[in-house]
Amino acid sequence: MDFELLPNLVTFSPLLGVLILFFIKPEKKELVRWVSLLTALVTFGISLVLLGRFDASNTDLQMVTNLTWIKVAGWNISYYMGVDGLSILLILLTTFLTPIAILSTWSAIEEREKDFNIFFLMLEVGMLGVFMAQDLFLFYVFWEFTLVPMYFLIGIWGGPERIYASIKFFLYTMAGSLLMLLAILWLGINQGTFAVPDLIAMGGIPAGIQNWLFIAFAVAFAIKVPMWPLHSWLPDAHVQAPTAGSVILAGVLLKMGTYGFVRFNLPLFPNAAIHFAPTMAFLAVVGIIYGAIVSYYQRDIKKLVAYSSISHLGFVMLGLFALNSQGIQGGILQMINHGLSTGALFLLVGMIYEQTHTRDFDVYGGLWKIMPVYGTVMLIVTLSSMGLPGLNGFVGEFTILLGAFGSEAIGSAWYAGLSAIGVILAAIYMLYMYQKIFLGPEGSIVQTVKDKGHPLRDLSVRELVTIVPLLVFIFWIGLYPKPFFALIAPTVDNLVKVLQAAMG
Amino acid sequence: MNFSETANTGYFFGLVPLLVFLPLIGMLINMIFGGKMKEWQIGTVASVASGLTFVVAVLLAYSLSATHGHMQTVYFAEWIHIGDLQLDWTFRVDTLSSVMMLVVSGVGTLIHIYAIGYMHEDVRFKDDIRRFRRFFVFLNLFIAMMMILVSGDSYLMLFVGWEGVGLCSFLLIGFWYDFDTLGQKSTKNAEAGKKAFIANRVGDFGFLLAIFTTFWHFGSLQFDAVFKAAEAHPDPVVISAITLFMLIGVTGKSAQVPLYVWLPDAMAGPTPVSALIHAATMVTAGVYLVVRSAPLYNLVHEASYIVAMIGAVTALFAATIAVGQYDIKKVLAYSTISQLGFMVAAVGMGAYVAGVFHLATHAFFKALLFLSAGSIILGMERGHHHLAHGHGDHDDADAHHDEEEAFDPGDMRNMGNLRKQMPVTFWLYMAGTLALAGIFPFAGFWSKDEILLDAKLHAEHFPGVYLLLSIAAFLTAFYMGRQIWMVFFGKERTEVAEHAQESPPVMTVPLMILAGLAILGGALNLPFEGFHNLGHWLGYTIGETHGLPLDLGVAGISTILALMAIGISWLLYGKNPLKAGQADPLKKPLGFLFTGMENKWFVDEGYGAVIIQPFEKLAKFLSIDVDWNFWHDWFHNSVLYAGFQGLAKFLSDPVDMGIINAIADKLADMTKRSSESLGRLQNGFVRSYALSVLIGVVAILGYLLFK
Repeated sequence: MDFELLPNLVTFSPLLGVLILFFIKPEKKELVRWVSLLTALVTFGISLVLLGRFDASNTDLQMVTNLTWIKVAGWNISYYMGVDGLSILLILLTTFLTPIAILSTWSAIEEREKDFNIFFLMLEVGMLGVFMAQDLFLFYVFWEFTLVPMYFLIGIWGGPERIYASIKFFLYTMAGSLLMLLAILWLGINQGTFAVPDLIAMGGIPAGIQNWLFIAFAVAFAIKVPMWPLHSWLPDAHVQAPTAGSVILAGVLLKMGTYGFVRFNLPLFPNAAIHFAPTMAFLAVVGIIYGAIVSYYQRDIKKLVAYSSISHLGFVMLGLFALNSQGIQGGILQMINHGLSTGALFLLVGMIYEQTHTRDFDVYGGLWKIMPVYGTVMLIVTLSSMGLPGLNGFVGEFTILLGAFGSEAIGSAWYAGLSAIGVILAAIYMLYMYQKIFLGPEGSIVQTVKDKGHPLRDLSVRELVTIVPLLVFIFWIGLYPKPFFALIAPTVDNLVKVLQAAMG
Repeated sequence: MNFSETANTGYFFGLVPLLVFLPLIGMLINMIFGGKMKEWQIGTVASVASGLTFVVAVLLAYSLSATHGHMQTVYFAEWIHIGDLQLDWTFRVDTLSSVMMLVVSGVGTLIHIYAIGYMHEDVRFKDDIRRFRRFFVFLNLFIAMMMILVSGDSYLMLFVGWEGVGLCSFLLIGFWYDFDTLGQKSTKNAEAGKKAFIANRVGDFGFLLAIFTTFWHFGSLQFDAVFKAAEAHPDPVVISAITLFMLIGVTGKSAQVPLYVWLPDAMAGPTPVSALIHAATMVTAGVYLVVRSAPLYNLVHEASYIVAMIGAVTALFAATIAVGQYDIKKVLAYSTISQLGFMVAAVGMGAYVAGVFHLATHAFFKALLFLSAGSIILGMERGHHHLAHGHGDHDDADAHHDEEEAFDPGDMRNMGNLRKQMPVTFWLYMAGTLALAGIFPFAGFWSKDEILLDAKLHAEHFPGVYLLLSIAAFLTAFYMGRQIWMVFFGKERTEVAEHAQESPPVMTVPLMILAGLAILGGALNLPFEGFHNLGHWLGYTIGETHGLPLDLGVAGISTILALMAIGISWLLYGKNPLKAGQADPLKKPLGFLFTGMENKWFVDEGYGAVIIQPFEKLAKFLSIDVDWNFWHDWFHNSVLYAGFQGLAKFLSDPVDMGIINAIADKLADMTKRSSESLGRLQNGFVRSYALSVLIGVVAILGYLLFK
């Protein structure tokens, strides 16, 4: 029986905001917004305390809460929460992106703000729970719990085809989750505990069964990532979701999938992970190339960014299944990088959409001249996304490719070599997008909005406040990633040792 | 972040990070405060930043010579440490990087100053004076990136600068992103920038593979560690792979066959950019990379021969295209590709000193030529402007200006006899031309001759190189002669040329300095005993080389070739000057060959047909047919959705037929895109989902518990 307040406080503090929001009249929009933002900021503040108390050199779980929850018929389900190097950065990413996303809704969401913010804060609870939970059953509860608010965020505040998109989102995720649930139950019943650290310590799952369990978990996570070919819910969900939804979806929700792999698949089923590493790497490579090529053909900005996520997360998967330090650390860092860059991209797309109400490339052009600050910010984010050295994306991509190139588990440098083509393709589609919007002569949209009496304006102060924090990290991680690697390195090295032992 | 170790040696090595920070500070000042600053202030800040960088480079060179060329590294900060991968921001000052620092910051500063005058007019002709500041922000950023490139102590830090300068190149090629090169509204300039970036990324892909291979075989990316490991285990397969992957990067950055296609288009950038980035500095990065990796290339002869041949073929190939161009900057662009070919051929043959020597002299005279060409283009613009505003009253003139056809101020067919209107520029251009053509005693004579001599001496190991380079040298003198006659001699072929005006001193004074260097630059490494200064200097880093004496045979042949070429060009273009509207006199005798040269051998079209169009088709097929129609629609509707319905039905049978059916029906209704009421949404789906999950769980648990 351990109890540590801090991780629970971080996870559930957004609920306090939800509680307050229940008692606020929906008409008081300003108040709703402020309460929601402050809640998210307080949560972020508490998560910084968590960071302060986190001991990076310790490879075990820290600040553990472990309480018996359900104990019947030989079942041992516990309320088991804790933090380690695999999750700390994702927890911080979540608490960091949530207030930014909330701030971005201040002008974008104009109906039912109260409901929106309630769902949004509940979503944060779910996501934080996913990253904190150390009991498989508890994890599953949080995992499924995130579906519900996201479903409503897309379904109620989304674009014209929101219903289709939200149902598709739901169906896909659920299809995977059911398999995972099966595997969780098998593990819990056969091994006598649902606690992940105990399961890892016990080990001893026969290789043949490991493979099946690995697959069951992998399908659920692969859908979430999404890995090719299970990605086709993503473009719909992204395009239809409101800006803040897309930011969180791309920034955090997808990472639940990649996190699942590194938290469960690798340490629980090391033999299976080694067995399947070439397969996973293959799927990752296909995703990288396929996502990039399909991105290039898109004419809707959001869709382009959505497909680019498939490509980028392919890199993360490739890194994780390199099963060496460079690959896994790069993969985890790249989760953060993708959250920052793609989150920023969706924010920026949302900002222009609010002014123009279209995301069609063909009406854009020449905006850099009219909106120099916006153009510059977008350029930095675009470059970050395509992995320009000196910015965050490069550090992740480079370490991933380097790790995969020499990975024993993957067994061939071809995978990384082919993936590196994705670096060329990223330049092609990202610069194409940038050119379509910002370069060339003025597009027709400039006149269209002028005629409607709302000529294009550059970024407002509020918009700058939402985007600048992301830029700071884009540069920071790119130039001096040491503090970030320092947080994950010991835990990952420990994991790599386990994997190497399994490799024999 | 500590400078202490080296700062204590009493020399200036500790200053090396300033090479990067000074231009960055200049950039930030202009970015933050530039909005309220006057043009001359912006230009001064940028030029001073670049000038101080030059001062630091000089101090570093002094420190090196005072310590007998002993290499120094300066640790600045930790970067990426994972397992064996140990990368830091560590600077390296050795004689090779020192040469690059001096050339980049020296020529760079002169170009900054020139650009104050050039951009002052350019932004007015293009009618967007706000963009003046942006130009200098980018230019300073470029210097910073270039310094990272040449002063990094590991392949990865070099790579940071490598891609960083590529970014600056992209930004500056597309500087007038809403125009084409004729000043008409278009996306063409922007596309030229994109093309440059993408072609370079293809090269960078090769570079990255080289880096990965290096790391996994030699356990480090730090130069000395890599070289030591390579010499300890000189596995020819591995080292060949590394050097050839690296070569892909070289062909991208230094515009060699087959990736050179971006450089001619890069002339869309303002002329100071063409001079600084696309002639003098950035494009020589590939040459620098090979010299830097000399210990690797020395170990694999075959790979080195491929490098040398790529250089030699490029030198000749690009020279033939230059002969058929009409745009003054395009001639110089192809000339640059050709001259880079000389350098790459030199370093491929292991003639590192000759390569770096030519790199330096080329930086002087090609920057001079480009900037003089810029002066000519602006001179023509002034004439054009003068005419446009010369007729009738002001309003009419403006109307006239808007309506008239695009006038190309860079087309040599529009020029003629400019030496009369622009005498200063004329003499400057002559100095550059003679240096490029390799006429004694101009700088180019010495450096090109050294390359040719090396090619001759090593002909046994590198067959063919000498011949290709000699023909290229002949063509070089020819196309430069052609240019001189067309631009400065004969009769003015347009009214604009008659009214062309000379450029102000802020532009011509930096040119005079460059002209001085183009004339005297050969003194860096004269082929006489005791004068191989550059060779001696570089020897500290790449190993002592024996300086070659002047070979009168090689020098004589190349001089005769050059003079012959100039003579032929005089017969064709000087004796009977081109008249307005007249076809090029080479067109008839050369026939389809000239058509090929004129059209750049249709390489762009070939790439379009073989690479770009198939890629676009593939993208369309994958997006529309595979991803959307098949996977997005069919799979979802026919497999996933139908499967879910089936599952729901299956699970429902033992429980409650009615409820589940109702839910399934509702689901079916809801997926129809027409049904979009919020009420219905909240009504059932999630509940039905929760129910089916519950049913599923119960079923599974039941099975597991009671099996």
